[in-house]
Parts: sequence; structure tokens; C-alpha cells
Amino acid sequence: MAKNPFQQAGSSSAITRPPSGSEVATDTLFRGIAYTCAALIVLLVAAILWQLGKEAAPAVGEYGLGFWTSTTWDVNKSEFGVLPEIWGTLYSSLLALLLGGIFGVAIAIFLTQDFIHHKLSLVFRTIVELLAAIPSVVYGLWGIYVLIPMIRPGAEWLHEHFSWIPWFGTSLSGPGLAPAALVLSIMILPTVAAISVDAFRRIPYKVKEAAYGMGTTKWEAILKVMLPTASSGILAALVLGFGRALGETMALAMLIGNANQISLSLFSPANTLASLLASSFPEASGIEVQALMYAALVLLLITFVVNVVGLGVQQYTVRKFEGKK
Amino acid sequence: MNAAAASDVSTRSEFIAEPYQVEGKTVIDCDVKKIFYGSFLAVRDSYVPVEKNKITAFIGPSGCGKSTVLRSLNRMNDLISVFRFEGSVYYHGQDIYAANVDPVVVRRYIGMVFQQPNPFSMSIYDNVAFGLKLNKFKGDYDEKVQKALERAALWKEVKDKLKNSGLSLSGGQQQRLCIARAIATEPDVLLMDEPCSALDPIATRQVEELMLELRERFTVALVTHNMQQATRVGDTTAFFSVDISKGGRTGYLVEMGPTKQVFEDPKQALTKEYVAGEFS
Repeated sequence: MAKNPFQQAGSSSAITRPPSGSEVATDTLFRGIAYTCAALIVLLVAAILWQLGKEAAPAVGEYGLGFWTSTTWDVNKSEFGVLPEIWGTLYSSLLALLLGGIFGVAIAIFLTQDFIHHKLSLVFRTIVELLAAIPSVVYGLWGIYVLIPMIRPGAEWLHEHFSWIPWFGTSLSGPGLAPAALVLSIMILPTVAAISVDAFRRIPYKVKEAAYGMGTTKWEAILKVMLPTASSGILAALVLGFGRALGETMALAMLIGNANQISLSLFSPANTLASLLASSFPEASGIEVQALMYAALVLLLITFVVNVVGLGVQQYTVRKFEGKK
Repeated sequence: MNAAAASDVSTRSEFIAEPYQVEGKTVIDCDVKKIFYGSFLAVRDSYVPVEKNKITAFIGPSGCGKSTVLRSLNRMNDLISVFRFEGSVYYHGQDIYAANVDPVVVRRYIGMVFQQPNPFSMSIYDNVAFGLKLNKFKGDYDEKVQKALERAALWKEVKDKLKNSGLSLSGGQQQRLCIARAIATEPDVLLMDEPCSALDPIATRQVEELMLELRERFTVALVTHNMQQATRVGDTTAFFSVDISKGGRTGYLVEMGPTKQVFEDPKQALTKEYVAGEFS
């Protein structure tokens, strides 16, 4: 233990003393562990990127940027491109984000703004969070056996009467974008709802008082005060939900139809990057494996960009609404 | 309206303050019989009229129910689900607790400033314009916002950064922003619940000067822990105390009168002890 420079300051009855050698050592150890854990996370991401990059390198060299814009995936001709998959991934995720986002935020408002007794809201919240515990493959099966038959009459009606709208341009033959996006929105719902609930809960009571004190109705208080105040938290919820939707694999592989095409129609089959990986990997060999690795790299990059952009928007709202530097 | 005439047998033996005889015009005629939070009796038998163009100060020890009574004047307590009000609060001849009265309307005419500064997380301008938009004001927003900020003694400090977030201001500035927000719509009455408790002496003085100015146009009811503040700005003072004899902590009005009289010549021994600082 270092010499105590304040030895003279303590009287014989003083209780104060410097931290002992073991206390200082524990502190150092704890800091060391914390730094190591943080460094390991960075190392892990770097290792994954390195491995992926190494495996994908031949395909990256072979197909270059054309891989992003080509629409063929032909193993026999060794022609690979992922534009339809990029399109399918973004389209299905955006649709899911739209639906899941609206419902998730609505649920969060319902659970936090005194619409129901708080004990009941706890029950509701648990049920919503249970949705996150259902395995992806169960969602896929539910989609095939329940959801697709359920939405088919509606889809046919829409196609018959509104086929001039590009969204309803084709008929639903089974798997397709609509059931995939619907299931996906249910899957991201718990993420969006839970984080939005926390964002609303973090609003201090005094803000609510201020709103009602100005003479707002409940609707005005929620729309004009609570939502803007919770906006940075809600944005974080949406970014996380979108990230989850981008990477979701199993349910989509079962529901989206794995068709290599670009269509605006909600009822046509499509494909996503994750689903392409899952369905093609087992039988792939040679250059196709490398192409798939390249596709995985593309997915990783898209997810990364989405997260960075989301973080940027969130920081912007924090600065704008909360005045923090 | 005589609170002393409470007919309830169980409260007959309890102390009930002499009803304050109002000289001028009464804006809010508040006669509390009982205020409950769940089964807890928070305040009993307090007749507190609020006079027009005057500052009515509510003083008393912690837990005496002065804030509860103040918040009953614009139905802020309705946000608490277990709150129950017995009695009447007449505002321009209308009982605001009548079944056909929407608390939202009450709060638009009777504004409120809270203990903690609570600006909305939006720009300074939008904070002040909030009430104007809410009331569908058609007219010059810039002018109204500037006027409210000037009255709240904040305009000079913020005129070049109206786009900045209200939360970027210091605590004292935030409180004056909240006052500007509350007075922008020119409500009839302003309720202030310990508005200076989070402020330093300089900001406190500014807010007090503001209150004296506001009195010219509005009516102010003020809860304060600071007795000097009550003597500095209060025209009328209502002194509340707590009744702990029955195991509960029920607050009630002890004495109400012109501030000078309450502080210099209190009628009740309890008031005398409190204003002399002898209250434990």
C-alpha cells in the first residue's frame, strides 16, 4: 500500500482511513475485466468480418460491384447477383417496420398512458414480450398453415378489384411478400413495443402534469407532448426492430417463396438475403459458397448502415428536442 | 357559504377556521369538505376564496395539504385515480366539480406553474406557442410569444435562440419559460405550486417581481414554503396545518386573512407559532 500522505490528519479516534491494498487491487481487477469484455466484443465483430471477408474474397474479386446489381443467381452458369434479394430484404423489412412500428408504438401508448390499470398493463406487456419467445420456425409454420389461408380471400379480392395498383398486381399463390411481411411485423412487435414502453416510462411525471396543466385532452397530451418527448427512444426501438427484420431467416425462408424476382406486388413471391443463405447453403459448393459469403457480407453491410443511420437520426432528435450537446 | 356550519357529526368537535370575509370580488370560491387519496383523508374543512387581482398565498408545514388544495382548483388532482373531492369549487358561479364540467376546459382558464420547471422537449418558441396552438389561436404568434417571454422576464436572454430546445436553458430560465408558456394564452387565474423552490435567490426575486406584475391582469394563487415570500408578494395568506392527533395526517385551514394581519396579528396560537418559526 502506498504511503498515506494524510497520516497526520487523523486523530487517534478517527475512523477514516485510506483504501487498503486489497481494495485497490479489487478495483484494478474490476476495471481490467470490464476493459477485456469490451475489447472482446470488438474483437469478435472484427473476427467475423475477417472470416467472412476471407471466404468471400474470391467471389468479390470475380463479380465485384456487379454482384450488387445483377439479378441472376445461376449456379450452372456461375452467374451470381443479389439485387432481387436486397430488394426483397429491404421491401419486406420496411413493410414489417411500418406495420410493426405503428402497432408497437400504439401498444406502448396503450400500456403506459393510463388506458388500463397498471397491473393489467403488466399482464399485457408480458404477453407481448412472450411473442419474442416463440421460435422462428413456429412462426413460419403458423404462416403457412394459418396466415396464408386466412389472407388469401382478401388478397384475391384486392387483386380482382385493384389490380391496377402495383401493390396488388399479382394474385397470391401461396407464399409471398404479404404473409412474410405480416409474420415479420409480428416478430418485431415485441422489440418495438418493449423499447417504446420504456421510452414512455422514462418521461418524468412532471411532463405529463405540464401537458394536462395546459388544458390538453388526453389525445393532445399524447400526440403533442408524450410522443415528441419519447421520440428518441421510439426511434431506437424502430432501428432495433428494423435490424431484426433485416436478419430474420427461418420464418422468411418458409414464407417468402424464394423467387428471384423484383416486384412491387405484395402478393408475389420474393427472396431475402438471409433466406437465400439459409436455403442455398446446405447444397452449395465451390464458387457458390464464396458467392453466398459475399451475400452475407452484403447483408452485414446493409444492417451496419441501417444502424449507423438510425443512430445518427436518433442523436439528431436528442439534440433537437432535448437540447443536449 | 359557511364552512363552520359543517353538519357532519364526526367533525363537529374538530377545529374549523373562521371563514375569511372577502372584501373584493371572488374569482374562485373554494370550499373543501374532504379530500381523499383512496381511504386517506388528506384535507378537511377548508374554505379558501381566491380574490380577483390579488395574490393568495398558501403557507404551512409539509403535508398540510396546501398543494393538494391548490391542485384541486383546476382539477389537476384528477390525474390521480384514487383522488376524491368533497365540497365545491365555484369559478365564475360554476362548480368545476359538477358532472357536466370537463376538467380540460377548467385547466385552459386556470393555468398552472409547477414546483419543478417542466418545459416540453421542444424549442423555446414552441413551448410558449404550445397553448396558443392548443387553443387554435388565429393571429400573430411571434408577437404573442415575444409578449409572454417579455412578461416572464426571459425575452432578453432567449431572443436570439428561440429555436433552441427549452431544456437547454438553466433551471431558473426554464421556470420562467414555464411561466411564459402558462401566461401566453392569458388564462384568468394562475396557480403556482412552490414555483421558486428549485431556483436560486436571484431567479426567485425575478419570479416574485413577475408575480406582482401578473397580479395586475390575472389572479394568482401561490403555494410557498418560504414565509418571506408570502409576506413579500401575498395580499392574502391562508395558513394550513396538519392534524396528527387521530393517527392520520389530515391537513386543514387554520387561519386566513390579509397577509399583514396573519403575520403580525394572528388570531390562532398555531399560526403565531408557525410565523414566528417556533413550529416543530
